[in-house]
Amino acid sequence: MSFWVDRGHPGRGTIEPSRTAGRWPGPAERSKLALRGLLILLVPLTSMFGLLISAYIMRRHMGDWQPLPLPWQVWLSTLLLVLSSAGFEWARRAAQVGWVDDVRRGLLVAGVLALAFLASQFWAWRELQQAGLAVATNPANSFFFLMTGLHALHLVAGLMAWLRTRAVLAGRQEPAAIQSTVQLCAWYWHFLLAVWLALFGVLVLMA
Amino acid sequence: MAYVPSADAHAHGEPQSFVTKYIWSQDHKVIAIQYSLTAIAVGIVALVLSGLMRIQLGMPETDLVDASAYYQFMTLHGMIMVVYLLTALFLGGFGNYLIPLMVGARDMVFPYVNMLSYWFYLLSVLVLMASFFVPGGPTGAGWTLYPPQAITGGTPGAGWGILTMLVSLAIFIVAATMGGLNYVTTVLQARTRGMTLMRMPLTVWGIFIASIMALLAFPALFVAAVMMILDATLGTSFFMPAIIAMGREMPHEGGSPLLFQHLFWFFGHPEVYIVALPAFGLVSDLISTHARKNIFGYHMMVWAIVAIGVLSFFVWAHHMYVSGMNLSFGFFFAISTLVIAVPTAIKVYNWILTLWQADIHLTVPMLFAMGFIVTFVVGGLTGLFLGNVVVDIPLADTYFVVAHFHMVMGVAPILVVFGALYHWFPKVTGRMMNDTLGQLHFWITFLGTYIIFFPMHYLGIMGMPRRYYAYEDYEFIPQSAHDLNTFITYAALVVGAAQVLFLFNLFWSALHGRPSGGNPWRATSLEWQTPDTPPKHGNWGEKLPEVHRWAYDYNVPGVEQDFIPQTEPQPESGHSAGEERT
Amino acid sequence: MVLAVILILIVVGSLVFHFLNPWTLTELASQWGSMDTMLHVSFLITGVVFVAVTLFMAVAIIRYRHRGGQRARFQPDNRRLEWWLIGATTVGIVALLAPGLVVYSDFTRVPPNAMEIEVFGEQWRYSYRYPGADGVLGYADIRHIGAGNPLGLDPDDDAALDDVVIHGGDLRLPVDRPVRMVMRSKDVLHGFFVPQFRAKMDMVPGMVTHFWFTPTRTGRFEVLCTQHCGTGHYNMRGHVEVMEQREFDAWLREQETFGRSLAATANGERPDDPVELGRRLADGEGCMACHSVDGSRRVGPTWLNLYGSEVTLTDGSTVSADESYLRRSIEDPRAQVTAGYSPVMPAYSFDEDEMDALLAYIRSLSEDAGEE
Repeated sequence: MSFWVDRGHPGRGTIEPSRTAGRWPGPAERSKLALRGLLILLVPLTSMFGLLISAYIMRRHMGDWQPLPLPWQVWLSTLLLVLSSAGFEWARRAAQVGWVDDVRRGLLVAGVLALAFLASQFWAWRELQQAGLAVATNPANSFFFLMTGLHALHLVAGLMAWLRTRAVLAGRQEPAAIQSTVQLCAWYWHFLLAVWLALFGVLVLMA
Repeated sequence: MAYVPSADAHAHGEPQSFVTKYIWSQDHKVIAIQYSLTAIAVGIVALVLSGLMRIQLGMPETDLVDASAYYQFMTLHGMIMVVYLLTALFLGGFGNYLIPLMVGARDMVFPYVNMLSYWFYLLSVLVLMASFFVPGGPTGAGWTLYPPQAITGGTPGAGWGILTMLVSLAIFIVAATMGGLNYVTTVLQARTRGMTLMRMPLTVWGIFIASIMALLAFPALFVAAVMMILDATLGTSFFMPAIIAMGREMPHEGGSPLLFQHLFWFFGHPEVYIVALPAFGLVSDLISTHARKNIFGYHMMVWAIVAIGVLSFFVWAHHMYVSGMNLSFGFFFAISTLVIAVPTAIKVYNWILTLWQADIHLTVPMLFAMGFIVTFVVGGLTGLFLGNVVVDIPLADTYFVVAHFHMVMGVAPILVVFGALYHWFPKVTGRMMNDTLGQLHFWITFLGTYIIFFPMHYLGIMGMPRRYYAYEDYEFIPQSAHDLNTFITYAALVVGAAQVLFLFNLFWSALHGRPSGGNPWRATSLEWQTPDTPPKHGNWGEKLPEVHRWAYDYNVPGVEQDFIPQTEPQPESGHSAGEERT
Repeated sequence: MVLAVILILIVVGSLVFHFLNPWTLTELASQWGSMDTMLHVSFLITGVVFVAVTLFMAVAIIRYRHRGGQRARFQPDNRRLEWWLIGATTVGIVALLAPGLVVYSDFTRVPPNAMEIEVFGEQWRYSYRYPGADGVLGYADIRHIGAGNPLGLDPDDDAALDDVVIHGGDLRLPVDRPVRMVMRSKDVLHGFFVPQFRAKMDMVPGMVTHFWFTPTRTGRFEVLCTQHCGTGHYNMRGHVEVMEQREFDAWLREQETFGRSLAATANGERPDDPVELGRRLADGEGCMACHSVDGSRRVGPTWLNLYGSEVTLTDGSTVSADESYLRRSIEDPRAQVTAGYSPVMPAYSFDEDEMDALLAYIRSLSEDAGEE
């Protein structure tokens, strides 16, 4: 009656339970830490937008769904956001090699384009409202306003970070600090662009 | 070797004024205490609400609460206990206090965000409490907040009440996200030298995985809350079909109440494990420390936590077997639900196998840990009834369910909370809690809750539905069941009152308890090796600790002392102390 | 040591309680005996685990409690033992799941000869509908709800016209014949549960849900709501009477079809008798869901002998339930709430004739009616 005795590994009584424990990663640097933090923040945001999309997909099978004619402004928005993201990428690369002037220019372009994106979104919303397609008119509209609205809110939050980045630049900080904060902004922007493209794709392909 | 992580370069000098030290503190220990005290305070509200509900159920002739108030109390009791007490206490309280200490960090990696997390949490609690004072009172929709009834006139608090609840939840989710961000990043990035993932105490593992789950699951509740707010205020139809409520046609069309249920339970089921996994972790460390024996099968325990975390995202619709969803889903969700039982069972086996050939000190924390195992086994096993779709069909929405979830995610985690508070209290305050009061508290709470909830299963089997304000003149309910209900009420009131013992003990001991020293339980994990007790700002003094072994070196053969702290270097030869690697 | 003894007592006590307590399954009245069997199988398997785990703990505590001088055995793991335990657990799970899913597949497959009966939920009562001679339930939608059409049947659908609507009565079922319950709701989620039938299902507004069972013994059973549906949830109830097929057929033949009652409502337009009009209004507007006319307590005060009585309000004052009080209570229910009741009633507005008729009906329910 000793079938449970672990005969295969007589020396298994070790202090370290495993040799595959993985290596200690070493002390983290501040900039790396912030980037990790941002990436982890993207987890709940991805979850949120993902769930929104799955709710959209479930809801659109109900009988009362009437596809929303997308206002042409959202195409403009898409273009603006792509360019804004590109602006941040420009700034990010410039920051890596320490071209502070280019960083400044990139940031300015990216921020203005992001504001233009918001304006374009606002235009689209007004257009819909005036066409009698208000938020409660049909679930397709409700989802359109909810998705684009939440996305815009996150962009507004991003613009706060953008302002802070400009402040860092104005404060003539050391290159590492500039590099870090610009990098964070750029990553966040790329994420928001990805979210927008996903939302946009859903709205266009699954109307 | 001068080792200073660059995060340390940031190390703030110790804050001096009272306000920066205790109010606007960025110190994880102070934030943990703020979280815990707030959670306990709001938990007392929920406890009192449950007492009022029990009085109505056991002695309906008292007429103390009317039907509306009953449903409002029921809703807030559930929501507070699950979200504002247990989630906040395990993650915001224990997570905040223990993660940096257990992994050897000076603080959370984002102390400012950590502070914000607490203030958002407090705000969410205040908004929730404010719902008692809004017109119509708090919502009485049940903690599940199912539409349409959550926002239609036949439910108390369908106007202001539900909105304050949803807003409060949204704020809480922001707080939980900021907290979770910190816990996860700290575990991943701020571990001290030598602290590999597989050397972390199971407490950290449980809280770590639970935090990741919270980051993934809470957005579902957030989305659902936003959509319901829009349905209630702007007249959208995400969840609201065309209905005629109380004689009124509502301005909705085509929405799907089941969509809400899917979103809610996609959050709601992981939420069960967001509460359970930290409890699993904490209790593992309690058992190992007080049994003076390494936790059995550490490896399996870690993988079981991970497996439970992953699987829990694939079982949500087992709450919806009789909701009217497509019946064929039942097959999938019954299977996935019962599969979770395997890693969960492994955990139970390993806890009790840790006791075998141990040196069990039946201290108060250990008593609570043992109480947890019994309660959790009962609650977990009845989960097999409810997860198995065909057994669930007669039992759904009866007292069997009430008994099950109170056992498994009410009482069991609360017993861990108590055990863990008794256990880590000396580290937090430098004083021991009173042992006699602790024993008394344990016996009343453990036996009392067992007596309350065990018989409830049988009321459910008989068919007594849950969420009933009164059971007047139902033929299938015999008088004896009403008598049992009265008996349960008496037991509940005694158990509720007994919590005063705990509160008294907590506050009295903080001031007058016996000084504990730095490591009263002779435990191995890092938090017991701090240079000061309570740990000072920055936790570790000049030099961060260095970790050389796992957290479970108790009674290592060939070593005189019955525990070896994690900071103790391995013997030079590397082959003594039972370390016989092949 | 005390703990070990208590753990053993918990095991013994739980087992004794399980076998001796008087609260157990109601006597089965449907063919779902297989659900009961699965319940017992679950008790058996989980009971063994519960006893084994708890007793193991008790023994461990007795044998290995701290007595000074002993040391724990250092034993990080034992893979072999763990695989055995995983294996045994898996066997137990499969033993629960496999038969469970077999029974469940019965639940998902409705027998082809099942009779369709609709149950319709609203706050806080049930109504029912039988398919009539053609055996088909006609199309229905809550948009059609109106006078004489409380369930919203489509008056243009021929299949609906011969349906039989039971509004405010018991559900009747023939014994030993499979029934497919088709379920709709007018307002919020409701549940339909007869403990003796075991099977239950929610009713969801905006969609049609269903489940099936076969009543196996005659008798009268209670119907309960099992999905929280507002303040009156606990009082949402109905009755189902299971009878022999002959009796059932005879009863069903006596019932008026939807087409007939619709025509009657259309022709009669409004009955001349205000009391009769009031009764219909009260029925159609859902008043009866909360106010009884037989003196029983529901979500709202009973109407029996209400007129002319002294009503105590929540603020302690009393008021005489005269016409103006009743009128105000209908139009602004939260102004004066009767003590012991919740302010949940929504405001209603009726035209003058309707209001008079309602008041006349309420007055007719008082014994001292007319003796003002």
